[in-house]
This record gives sequence, C-alpha cells and structure tokens, in this order.
Amino acid sequence: MGYKERMSGNEAVAFAMKQINPDVMPAFPITPSTELPQFVSTYIANGQMDTEFIPVESEHSSMSAAIGAEAAGARTMTATSSCGLAFMWEVLYVAASNRLPIAMAVVNRALSGPININAEHSDSMGARDSGWLQIYAETNQEAYDNFVQAYRIAEHPDVMLPIMICQDGFITSHAVENIELMEDEKVKSFVGEYTPEHYLLNPKESMSVGPYANSPYCMEAKRAQAQAMMNAKQVILDVAKEFEEISGRSYGLFEEYQLEDADIAIVAIGSACGTIKDSVDELRKKGVRAGLLKVRVFRPFPGEEMAEALRGCKAVAIMDRCESYSSQGGPLGAELMAAMYRAGVTAPAINMIYGLSGRDVTTDMIDGVYERLARIAEEGAKPEDHYTYLGLRE
Amino acid sequence: MAENTTFNFKEIQGRKEHLAPGHRMCAGCGGTIAVRNVLKALHPGDKAVVGNATGCLEVSSFMYPYTAYEDSYIHNAFENAGATLSGVETAYKALKKRGRLDKTYKFITFGGDGGTYDIGLQSLSGAMERGHDMVYVCYDNGAYMNTGIQRSSATPMFADTTTTPTGIQSNGKPQARKDLASIMAAHNIPYVAQTTFIGNMKDLYTKSERAIYTPGAAFLNICAPCPRGWRYDAPDIIQICRMAVETCYWPLFEVVEGKWILNYAPKRKLPIEEFLKLQGRFKHLFKPGNEYLIEAFQAEVDRRWEELLKRCEA
Repeated sequence: MGYKERMSGNEAVAFAMKQINPDVMPAFPITPSTELPQFVSTYIANGQMDTEFIPVESEHSSMSAAIGAEAAGARTMTATSSCGLAFMWEVLYVAASNRLPIAMAVVNRALSGPININAEHSDSMGARDSGWLQIYAETNQEAYDNFVQAYRIAEHPDVMLPIMICQDGFITSHAVENIELMEDEKVKSFVGEYTPEHYLLNPKESMSVGPYANSPYCMEAKRAQAQAMMNAKQVILDVAKEFEEISGRSYGLFEEYQLEDADIAIVAIGSACGTIKDSVDELRKKGVRAGLLKVRVFRPFPGEEMAEALRGCKAVAIMDRCESYSSQGGPLGAELMAAMYRAGVTAPAINMIYGLSGRDVTTDMIDGVYERLARIAEEGAKPEDHYTYLGLRE
Repeated sequence: MAENTTFNFKEIQGRKEHLAPGHRMCAGCGGTIAVRNVLKALHPGDKAVVGNATGCLEVSSFMYPYTAYEDSYIHNAFENAGATLSGVETAYKALKKRGRLDKTYKFITFGGDGGTYDIGLQSLSGAMERGHDMVYVCYDNGAYMNTGIQRSSATPMFADTTTTPTGIQSNGKPQARKDLASIMAAHNIPYVAQTTFIGNMKDLYTKSERAIYTPGAAFLNICAPCPRGWRYDAPDIIQICRMAVETCYWPLFEVVEGKWILNYAPKRKLPIEEFLKLQGRFKHLFKPGNEYLIEAFQAEVDRRWEELLKRCEA
C-alpha cells in the first residue's frame, strides 16, 4: 500500500496533479499557492506530465480559461489563494452553474486588508455560496488524498459541480511532513478517464454553453444545481469508501475525534485540528471528556450529521478561522448552530474566531477553550461567551 | 480593398448561415451583419467554436432554451471572452495531442467595444500575447449599447451618450476614441485588421478569412453601427459605413506580420460632416456656433489618417 515520502502540502498536491495528469491547467501565481503552477510547469518541462499549461495574465482569466477548457471537454484544474480566489468570484458562479467539474487547489490565505499572506479561511469561505464543493485538509496527507478523490466526486453524473480542495497556507502548504503516496497506476485507475456527456468539441453535436435565461427557466436551473449539491454528500462517502480500499485511509464528511462520549467539544476546520487533538489527548489523560469534530466537507454542509454527532455534548465551541463581519460570529458558527437548532440539539454553543492572518494557535489557547466549555457545561453560557476572539492581544 | 483573387460573392453568400434566423437583434444592427459575414468566411465543412462576451449579441442570440448558433458556442461573462476562448483552444490542443479528437476546429470570439476596448482589454491582451490560434472579433458600435448607450473608450469625440449627455455644460464625450487596432498590432501578433460593411462585403470577407486561417492570434476590428445608439434609420447603415471610410474616420487597413498595409485610400477624402450628419448622436454639432467642434473632430481625423499613412509607407 503506497510508499513513504517527506513532502510539503504543495508538493503533495502537485504530485497528485502529476499522477492524474489532467488535460489543461490555467493558473496565475499567488502566495502561498504559487508553487503549484511552478511544480506542474517543471513536471511538464521535464516530460513527467503533459497537461497543457496556460500561463494566464490573472486569476479572473485563469478561471475563465478553465471554464472554456472544461466546457470544451477537457479535464481541467487550477490553483489559487486569497485575493486570487476573490478575483475569480464572478466566474466561480459561472463554472458551477454550467455544471463544469473543474478541480481547484485552494491554499487558504487571508483576504486583504491589511494585505497578509498567511493562513485564514476568509478566501474560500467567501466563496462558500458559489456552488462549488469544498473539502478541507488538516495535513499534507489529507490534501493529497482529497485531491486524488476530487474528480471522482466532481465528475460524478449525479453531481457535475466544480470542487475546491483546500489546505492551510504555509502551515500545511509549506511545512514538510511524512506522507504516504500511492503508485501512479493506482491513482490513474482510481481517477479514470474523463468522458463528458456534452461538450463543445464533440464532432457529433454542436452545443451552446452559457445562455441568457429569463425567469421562466432560471429558478429551475438553480434548483437542479442545489439538488446536485445535495447528491454530492452520498457521492463523497462512496468515493471515500473506494479510496479506503486502495489506500487504507478512511474519510467521511467530518472526523470525530474522541467525540462519542465527549461532554465538551470543539468544532474546527483545517490544520488547527492537529493542535486541538493534542489538547484532547492531554485532557483525556486527566479524565476530562473532551472531543473534537473536524469538518472535512463544508460544501455540501453536513449539518444534520454534525448536529447528530454533537447531540450528547454539554457545551460546544465552534471555531472559525474567518470573520464574517455579521457582528455575531463566523460562517461555520452560523451554519452549524442553525443545523443544531433544526435538529433540536440544545447544548450551549459558542462561536470563537481564531488564527486570523496566520495568528498562531497553541495547545495553551485550546486548553483555555476547553476550560471555558467546562464552565459553560456547568453554568450555561453567558451573553459574553457567544462570540469571542481567541488569542487576541489585549 | 484587401487583395483576394478567390472572392466569389454569389458562392459565399450562398453558403450556409452559421447564425440562424429568429434571434432578437434589432433591424439595422451592425453586430449581426458582422457575425453572419465573419462566420461565412469559414470554409464549407470546417467546424468552429464561437465565443461571445456578454452584450446585445449574447443576450439576443442565445436565450434559453433557444440558440441561434449552428456551431458550438460559449458565453462566459462580460470581460473574459479572450480568456474563455483561449481555454477552449487549449482544450482542443490537449484533446488532439491525446488522440481524443481528429476533427479540425477554428476558434472565433465576438465582443462589443465594451467587452473589448474596456472591461475585457486585459483578457484580450493576455489571449493575444499568448498566441492562441484564435480570432477575436470586435464589433465596435462605439458605446455600451446593451445597457443603454453609455460611453466607452471607443465612443467618438462629442458623441451624445447617456453618460456623456449634451447639455448647456456639455458637448458630449470630451475624449477622442482609443485606437485599439494599434494596441493589438503592438502585441506583434500575425494578423490585425480593421474593416466595416462596404460594397459587397469583400473587404470584410477577405479579412475574416485571413484572420481565421492565419495560424496564431488574430484581431479584427469591425465598425458596426447601432441604430439605437447612433440614431439613424435602419436602411442607412450601409451609407454610414461608406461615409466612415470615405471621410477616413474608419480607414481600412491590415497589419500582417507587423507590416502595415492600407487597403483603401479615397480619391477625394470627404469632410467629416458627411459621416456626422447621418447620425442623431452628433446633431448638436450642427447648431450655429458649434462649428469649432466639427473643426476639432476633423483635425483629429486628419491627424490619425496622416499617422496611418506614415505607418503604411514605412
């Protein structure tokens, strides 16, 4: 089963890109995802892959060219971060509504301003309603594994939606860790060939893409797109199961870490979950029933399943590495609390903003969150608990 | 006019239409004439993917669930027709290379002056600079007609538009128009041409064919009047185009591999009034006391014409 290597998160995703060898990659450099087009270009220059690379003049053109290439019938990928993703915003919606299963590696970084190059989820969270699937990684291994699974999910006939494979800027993208890679042939046969049903370069039929549609048609198109997003949940689970058979690594919509009997739990996304797991391990040694729910899939949002997983908890802290400036918390907080309310899960839930613009998250900080949760489990949440910042300088 | 020995008007006009009737473009619209005639330059049997920036043409020719395009067609957004078609063309290269496609396709995209001179300039520049084997066709009607006649950088000086309205403090658009064909020529692409609807469309046909069949990136700028924005009676469009050329407001030229070629020099260059007086958007220029505006317009036309002659002589 595979072989051991040491790689950064960007190297790992680029390695998956090489193994999959899609038809077309338009890309524009932006820190910290710049290495992805660099690695791919180098692989191409050295004859290790033969994807057609388009060195576009901006991210807007990157996504626009990706839309053209995918609509034409080519398996297409790109990569970006932060402002680059924001610059694509308009056409992200076009990609999703045209049902084009483009795969995009997103290396999460703060949106400006102030301009900052470090990890934050504001970029992909800003695109959360664009109709793209979103899968997040805690480690390099997960970023690699998620990218290998990406096309199988996106191109599934019940889905046909573009997909973002996200990892935290620098923390995983640039840090070198142990990783287990799969053999090229195994990856290629798992991903398979792309055989779209309708595409521009089909000599047997002409096709028009990107219509003007009036109100008698638009709403139905959007409803069909929403259905595809709902269908994706099962497809993600099915693909994960198949992936486990060839890799030995198991994935779901989210990971439950010591959650089953937990009294107090944190919900978080991405690399900070490694730190949280350390805290959980230490607390468990002291007999504290602490747990973690690590969100892997944010789109579609597995609200019902996550609420159910939290049903036994006495207090929950939902952590957002992203501000939404709603004046009441971040996007994960808002969506998960809505899901808990709908499911009748009544544990007090607080929302904490952490790690903005690459601010460190330490086990001490996380221990503090669990202490607070222990207090809330006993006494209930006070109004000042609902929306707070973690690790903010006084 | 551009040289072509194989031009057979009857044969070409008898070719199949690539733009089906039933679209919703206005009577007397230059954009439609541009699309029909450019696509007629595709050799019979050749396949194409047609691109389109958002604009009048797009919203009137592909209204779900109907499309007027016989060929494959893609509209993405307003400012990205260049990038979008560059993606399609690259997909073609990839599929050919990998043995998944054996047919020959050509790539032609249309944008108005809003989507080309202004919001789409970066995307166009990138696509041309990268040298994709495609043609970008601008149907230049000199304003944002789709949103209701707002000025663009292609709008001529003194034109009355809804964002440069004439009034006691305003003579219309203060600035002269951008010279996009020169900007495209500065990309050092193999083929750039400027044309309009003249005579039996030979100039348009010849340049379209050359643009489509020249390997690499090509740019075609077509003066395509708009009856709503320019305020003329639909049948007058051909006379307006003729006057645009005869006054040297819209010279016919090509830039082939960097060499500038003038395709037509009027025997007697007509005064610019002959072009301006046919259009309601310039009506205010003919009010007593505004003669100096026409003189300024004429001076700008003369300056650009002389500059073009120098380029073509060099």
